[in-house]
Amino acid sequence: MTAPTTDTALMPFDDVLAAYDPALGLEVHVELNTASKMFCGCPAVFGGEPNAGVCPTCLGLPGAMPVVNGKAVESAIRIGLALNCEIAEWCRFARKNYFYPDMPKNFQTSQYDEPICFDGFMDVEVEGTTYRVEIERAHMEEDTGKSLHVGGSTGRIHGADHSLVDYNRAGIPLIEIVTRPILGAGEKAPEVAKAYVAQLRELIVALGVSEARMDQGNLRADVNLSLSPKGSGTLGTRTETKNVNSFRSVERAVRYEMQRHAAILSGGGTILQETRHWHEDTGITTSGRVKSDAEDYRYFPEPDLVPVAPSREWVEELRGTLPENPTVRRSRLQAEWGFSDLEMRDTVGAGALGLVEETIAEGAAPQAARKWWLGELARRSNEDGVDLVDLPITPADVARIQALVDEKVVNDKLARQVFEGVLAGEGTPDEVVEKRGLAVVSDDGALGAAVDNAIAANPDVADKIRDGKHAAAGALIGAVMKEMRGQADAGRVRELILEKLA
Amino acid sequence: MPEITRDEVAHLATLARIDLSDAELDHLAPQLSVILDSVASITGVAGDDVPPTSHAIPLTNVFREDVVVPGLTAEEALAGAPEVEEQRFSVPRILGEGA
Repeated sequence: MTAPTTDTALMPFDDVLAAYDPALGLEVHVELNTASKMFCGCPAVFGGEPNAGVCPTCLGLPGAMPVVNGKAVESAIRIGLALNCEIAEWCRFARKNYFYPDMPKNFQTSQYDEPICFDGFMDVEVEGTTYRVEIERAHMEEDTGKSLHVGGSTGRIHGADHSLVDYNRAGIPLIEIVTRPILGAGEKAPEVAKAYVAQLRELIVALGVSEARMDQGNLRADVNLSLSPKGSGTLGTRTETKNVNSFRSVERAVRYEMQRHAAILSGGGTILQETRHWHEDTGITTSGRVKSDAEDYRYFPEPDLVPVAPSREWVEELRGTLPENPTVRRSRLQAEWGFSDLEMRDTVGAGALGLVEETIAEGAAPQAARKWWLGELARRSNEDGVDLVDLPITPADVARIQALVDEKVVNDKLARQVFEGVLAGEGTPDEVVEKRGLAVVSDDGALGAAVDNAIAANPDVADKIRDGKHAAAGALIGAVMKEMRGQADAGRVRELILEKLA
Repeated sequence: MPEITRDEVAHLATLARIDLSDAELDHLAPQLSVILDSVASITGVAGDDVPPTSHAIPLTNVFREDVVVPGLTAEEALAGAPEVEEQRFSVPRILGEGA
């Protein structure tokens, strides 16, 4: 692998659009949340003690026989139906043969030319415009093991580079969802890519078939991109950027590849069809593996697994379990919450729809839920370069902080410090208030003393208020808040000032 | 029936990570052609009404309940590994093939 460099030539984004049309394609892997693996009874849980969640089947030991997890097939069909796909009447698994130690069998059990779901679509909304993303296929396969690469430079006994493999993840059910080339997105291509992945995640969450945490690798996106001369209607050579693991990175990776391709093409160069690695820290891609003859997987039907032929009755029964259609759901939520079109668009665009919904379900008022997620928390997610959903705070926490504001335990300003504390891992909102001593003082004794001090220090202002100029109270409130270091209920301070100077 | 060429055998050997010498390729390619021809004679016997099949028995939808069953302990799993490090299978790095 080439070391990441930042000296790659890039064309300014506007210039790219003047000369080229982008074609996008997305492949998303969804790790299902079944209890057991795809083809054996091992726990479908990654992590924990290495190689303690394996058996002869997922280790590919001789004589072991795989059996399909029925629940995983059900989840695959539900995903397909939610994506408006056809469900195959009959399909098979296939062996994808390759030699890499992440699969102990020397093949991955996948599906080849007979995916269980095909020919679907998802309508994706970006800034008020709807883009129809066509789904080519969604097929069943299994995850691979996790390799730790040990470099020769670490001074290990063997000296040479080697890898350490943990097969706990090998065999966890995966659904791979592949789009057709997305054309016509133009300047919005990066946003459309991001919105597609964000909306797909929302759908997966609503289906309840995966934990769908991108930062945990439950949902992984590969971004295909090519450019063609503007208006030519052709498809250029594509690159495939692997494992882009946040919505934000999907957008950045598309933008980066558009600019990189354009710089090469405009210089008379050609794009190499290859996989590329995404570097989250520097926001660039680097060359991976060149697609070549060696990439011949010699797929053939898996002889150890019988075909899957979902009856139409079963498919219809599963159709009945689908969550609300996303467009219908948005209209309903917007009406329930009383959001303006712009507020709703911003909420969806920020990937906050589900988060706001959960926060409201936890008891917060719709506008309060929106305010925190799109204000304080959106700012933090930008600063930290992580998606909102990956911030270490839950909708329940946000609802609790708003409840603390409503109960006048903290004011808005202090609430920001509570957010800061929760995000810093200091505990629940109540624990942060306790540990940081953030509760506002509404006890009249302590406040009264501060009000008396403020009046004594500002006799001119006090006189104006006595004369009925209540607007002048702001200066005294400010003085009291300063003395109380912000930890006072401003409303109560005002009342006390007016009472004392009545 | 098209015979398998020497180049194709060399390509397959590369894919299968089998290192064949020129002499071995000369020797094996014609043999593989004979084997393929013999197998292909079955297509001559099957009528147009016999579709190709991948499974000998007409079963579909053999599913397992989504229930966790105990597998191997890590010690058992690693018992056959040529090398173990940090409770993981230690394998040589394969050059030029990043995951």
